[in-house]
Amino acid sequence: MSHKIVVGYDGSDSAKAALAFATTLAGEVGGSLVVAHVLEWSPYSFLTPNEIEERHRRRGEELQRAEAAILAPAVDSLKDSGLEVETALKYGNTATTLGEIAKTTGADQIVIGRNGEPGLSSRVFGSVAISLAQSAPVPVTIVP
Amino acid sequence: MKRNIKAAAFAAAAMHGAAAPAMAQSLDETINAGFASATGWFVSFIFSPFPGTAFPWIVMWLVIAATVFTVYFGFIQFRAFAHSISLVKGDYSDPNDAGEVSHFQALATALSGTVGLGNIAGVAVAVGIGGPGATFWMILAGLMGMASKFTECTLGVKYRNEYDDGTVSGGPMYYMTKGFKERGLPAGGFMAVLFSVFCILGALGGGNMFQANQAHAQLANVIGDYPGWITGLVFAGIVFVVIVGGLQSIARVTEKVVPFMGVLYVLAALVILIMNADMIGWAFGQIFAGAFSGLGIAGGMVGALIQGFKRAAFSNEAGVGSAAIAHAAVRTKEPITEGFVSLLEPFIDTVVICTMTALVIIITGQLISDPATGMYLLDEGASTIQTVDGNKGVALTSAAFSSAFPIFKYVLAIAVILFAFSTMISWSYYGLKAWTFLFGEGQTKELVFKVIFCLFVVVGASANLGPVIDFSDAAIFAMAVVNIVALYFLMPVVKAELESYMSRLKSGEIKKFH
Repeated sequence: MSHKIVVGYDGSDSAKAALAFATTLAGEVGGSLVVAHVLEWSPYSFLTPNEIEERHRRRGEELQRAEAAILAPAVDSLKDSGLEVETALKYGNTATTLGEIAKTTGADQIVIGRNGEPGLSSRVFGSVAISLAQSAPVPVTIVP
Repeated sequence: MKRNIKAAAFAAAAMHGAAAPAMAQSLDETINAGFASATGWFVSFIFSPFPGTAFPWIVMWLVIAATVFTVYFGFIQFRAFAHSISLVKGDYSDPNDAGEVSHFQALATALSGTVGLGNIAGVAVAVGIGGPGATFWMILAGLMGMASKFTECTLGVKYRNEYDDGTVSGGPMYYMTKGFKERGLPAGGFMAVLFSVFCILGALGGGNMFQANQAHAQLANVIGDYPGWITGLVFAGIVFVVIVGGLQSIARVTEKVVPFMGVLYVLAALVILIMNADMIGWAFGQIFAGAFSGLGIAGGMVGALIQGFKRAAFSNEAGVGSAAIAHAAVRTKEPITEGFVSLLEPFIDTVVICTMTALVIIITGQLISDPATGMYLLDEGASTIQTVDGNKGVALTSAAFSSAFPIFKYVLAIAVILFAFSTMISWSYYGLKAWTFLFGEGQTKELVFKVIFCLFVVVGASANLGPVIDFSDAAIFAMAVVNIVALYFLMPVVKAELESYMSRLKSGEIKKFH
């Protein structure tokens, strides 16, 4: 059985730590990686008429920027690892969408970084790590 | 004699002391008089009655249109109601399109342009003149208007312009030109120009001056009277920062707060209704009785009907064409889905929110009737119903809600100001689209319109309610005159879209994702 690991990646230090951990893991078990970035988005948010008009263009720009600034450097850094790497770039709620990416790519594990100290906002609204732990369809590893 | 001189000197001193506020007042008055005389002819043309009756032809025009669309599309507002809700919930949204404007967002933005003073002040005007019976006609107009909205928004998306940079422009002026050309009909260009002119006037009137005017009335009501141009300048400044300075974050805050205010408003109304649960039956009795007899109001049944239809159209804008501009900016593979979503707008706006306002005004006993006959008593001018404390417009709604919750006066003031602001932002967009259709796109041209728009905020806050509300109504209804003609010619296009979509929905080609 080949192992596929989804890494939630946003370019932060903790995400880099998660990527490094997943790389080692994949190397040991002979698996492959899915570097996934989620652009936080709710279809139930509110937009002004101007924002609606520009939304399609903005979306294109956001996807391009994320691809160039976040995913491409990550893939680059994995060149020497010899691992098979794919990427995923989606809009949505970060935790749910990572779960969906794991499902559609047939991955059997998700690795994410823990984002710093738990602040007030994560106490109130819950962090990605906590919601993923509650909702993910596959085992989740949280890298400190 | 000596005493008289003293008195005269005192009077002179008093007059001198009063000179400053008098000047400020006269600035308001000058603006007001100039405005009324400049727009009077237009107003009287739009609201002229059928010869020999008191029935304005424009009201009949809207009613006939809504009826035609309702019948032509086989009562689409009821048939497609459930499907519309499912679209808004995102049941049919492809997850790969996440990040594009969702149906919910399109609906929320279009609603924040229509939910506003029409629902609060407009309804109070309607029941203040037309009595409780106006509510019945208002609800009926709201239900029928759903079909008009469905028609215009589908066309708005179908015939929009898409540009290389990914932005879109659409609305009645685009379906008039492109749609008419496609079907080999003449005069599309002429109608588009006419519509755009009226749309600019409507944006400056109902979408701007009426809002500024009522926002000032609310502020003056809460903090005490002061000259309107002060409110006007402050509002104009904020609007300027948003539409010229591109500070979308301010607009986004109101876009977020407005729905909460809307929900809060409906909840407050519901609580008042529950507190007076034993009166609800009586209130509906008044509404039905008033709808067909008038219960003593000026103009009887026809008076109630005119007020109900007029204020419903002004509030939900069905058939006016404004929503078609808002929805056209949404990217969707199926133009008709925007039509489905938009038909919920008159329902939420008029059938739910306006009815709440009317019920609260009726149930809290703001309208004074003769206990012996059950007929409503009229003011001296014999045009409006006597109210407790003589309140009119937004003050009447405020008094009705405050009679249950005294603090609501302040909540309503905040709601009115926010609603006014978000409506202004929406209409500045509609007006701008009409403006760029006429004069072409370009930064300088757009700036000219935006500055004019801000100037009218000041005018609107300074003028009296009468001339402002007349002109606002007239300009917005003039849009409907042109728009509905176009809808009649283009409705077969919508029918073809509808049949194709429905058959694919049935066959499972259009499938649920969630």
